[in-house]
Amino acid sequence: MDNFQLLLDGFATAATPMNLLLALIGVTVGTAVGVLPGIGPAMTVALLLPITYGLEPTGAMIMLAGILYGGMYGGSTTSILLNTPGESSSVVTAIEGNLMAKSGRAAQALATAAIGSFVAGTIGTLLVVFTAPLMTRFAISMGAPEYFAVILLAFIAVTAVLGSSRIRGFASLMIGLALGLVGIDATSGQSRLSFGVAQLGDGIDVIVVAVGIFALGEALWVAAHLRHGAADIIPVGQPFLGKQDWKRSWKPWLRGTALGFPFGAVPAGGAEIPTFLSYIIEKKLTKHPEEFGKGAIEGVAGPEAANNASAAGTFVPLLSLGLPTNATAAVLLAALTSYGIQPGPLLLQRESALVWGLLASLLIGNTLLVILNLPLAPLWAKLLRIPRPYLYAGILFFAAMGAYAVNGSPFDLILLLGLGIIGFGMRRFGIPVLPLIVGVIMGPLIELQGRRALQLAGGSPRGLLGGVDVATGQFALSTLVVTVYLIILIVLVWPLLYPLIKRRLPGSRTEATSNQKTDAGGTLR
Amino acid sequence: MSQAVEVAGDTRQPLVEYVPCAFMALLGIILLIDASTLSNNRTGVDPLGPRPAPIVIGVVSLLLAIALAVSIRRGHLAEAESGEDIDLEHSADVKTVLLLIGVFIVNILLIDTLGWVISGGLLFYGSAIALGSRHFIRDIFIAAGLSLGTFYGFAIGLGVNLPAGILQGIL
Repeated sequence: MDNFQLLLDGFATAATPMNLLLALIGVTVGTAVGVLPGIGPAMTVALLLPITYGLEPTGAMIMLAGILYGGMYGGSTTSILLNTPGESSSVVTAIEGNLMAKSGRAAQALATAAIGSFVAGTIGTLLVVFTAPLMTRFAISMGAPEYFAVILLAFIAVTAVLGSSRIRGFASLMIGLALGLVGIDATSGQSRLSFGVAQLGDGIDVIVVAVGIFALGEALWVAAHLRHGAADIIPVGQPFLGKQDWKRSWKPWLRGTALGFPFGAVPAGGAEIPTFLSYIIEKKLTKHPEEFGKGAIEGVAGPEAANNASAAGTFVPLLSLGLPTNATAAVLLAALTSYGIQPGPLLLQRESALVWGLLASLLIGNTLLVILNLPLAPLWAKLLRIPRPYLYAGILFFAAMGAYAVNGSPFDLILLLGLGIIGFGMRRFGIPVLPLIVGVIMGPLIELQGRRALQLAGGSPRGLLGGVDVATGQFALSTLVVTVYLIILIVLVWPLLYPLIKRRLPGSRTEATSNQKTDAGGTLR
Repeated sequence: MSQAVEVAGDTRQPLVEYVPCAFMALLGIILLIDASTLSNNRTGVDPLGPRPAPIVIGVVSLLLAIALAVSIRRGHLAEAESGEDIDLEHSADVKTVLLLIGVFIVNILLIDTLGWVISGGLLFYGSAIALGSRHFIRDIFIAAGLSLGTFYGFAIGLGVNLPAGILQGIL
């Protein structure tokens, strides 16, 4: 009940008329930008973050929460109406959602997605309220070697688990780590990778990297391959759910939430697995199996709830450990840091009012979203028709505005252009962008923790495996560290082991499973 | 993939596919050269010093350049990113990209002297035309509306850091 009281205090901080207005602006511009084709939630937050820079931290955070939810809702609208998911996490929603829209049930698809997001987001945020303090208690017990190992695991998770090519994933990570090195090293005072340029001494701002790689890179890449003739857009009426639709939606919402939250909350999770699992489960449990493949409402309600619950879950590692587990969380971490808030185990103790204010803002943003967006959906759908030259010129315009606003310096625009060209090249050569963003943000942290671990052990490399036990004065291995390294080892050698294991299984069976796998992959695309 | 032509029995890939390898190799070399210029003053407080991180990243980048080259040679070609507005069947439109980069550079050069309202407006107008818009008059009004709107809404309304430039005192 203690947390509940604190959350109420958070509402008192967040729910002033001025802050509610900021949340409203956030939700509106967030949805308007998020609904634009090709712009996912991470890019929405990165592009719009600079408009919060002039506000004090509480107001900025509340507006940011609105932008985040608006961006996520906008993304699912686009994927339902265009069958073009802006992020891998809304791929599954797009399958049945677009089929529903094509069979004339776009309004119901949008409604079940919006209300499902609201239900999942609200339950998910409440779960964060109760789990983040527990996680923080655990996080306080973590020392430098534990941090080093967990960040390393996060690196391996974003590069080796997601994406199709591990080599390309690691290449992306290395580019990010190198960008993170730029500037004066805080411990030794020496300037690295600055080439005598004074402005590089302070390092490259993460927002400039995110906007350059996501927004500018995307705009240049699309410009090179712009499709002539617009895609088909399905007209939408007022979203609503009939009695039958409610009956078929509420269970998938709750099941999706239950699946999504835990996957979001673990440091190596994400939304891809729970949304896909939710789809499979709903397909199994539905009373209308014949509708799957033609637009079944359960196939939208479940995965969309899972997606949102997972997004809420990412706040657990983000706030308590300072670990972002997806692109949106990575941008949010950069945002919080730019407001002078350093997520991590001490955050809840030092700035508890801010954290509870943030959680309250998330709940407010989520509520405003459903109130505002159900009636406005037909208007948002019109935004999908925006002429492409204006859309991408607008992205370039807002990217330039945001990057300039970070430091008020044209030098950042030069960096932005360079990073945009790198982002273009990465899209051309199939190199994923998420590891780069995670690398830029976490690179300086993992180096700091590694150096601290070695310092505590007097320079001995075993400092990375554990520390001196206070009670005995003897060196002790840390169980957590050893476990994490074992997991990393398994993930890394798995591609080498897999063929060996496969060979031992009877040939016919493996063939069947691998066929099934490609089938699933085919439907996904 | 526009240029990737599969020739039976031939494992050679178009040279352009190796650009990422060259990039990673260059990155590795820059990191190692830069690391060698750092003085490695290791102390009790900092037993590791500032050099190991760039050295590790540099060496891994070089190894990845080699691994990537081997995998490309074996035929694991890059999958270019697709999307709703992307048509990968035609070859890349280099002219548009260069025009956009040019317009962006003009914005960088002008933003502090002329101010955001003028340079941002030019950025939007130039980009829209480069991307194929042919509404030369209408676009001027859209560009002016956007740049004035963002300046009043964000710079004056929300306190975002945007320069007024030569229009200082007029806006």
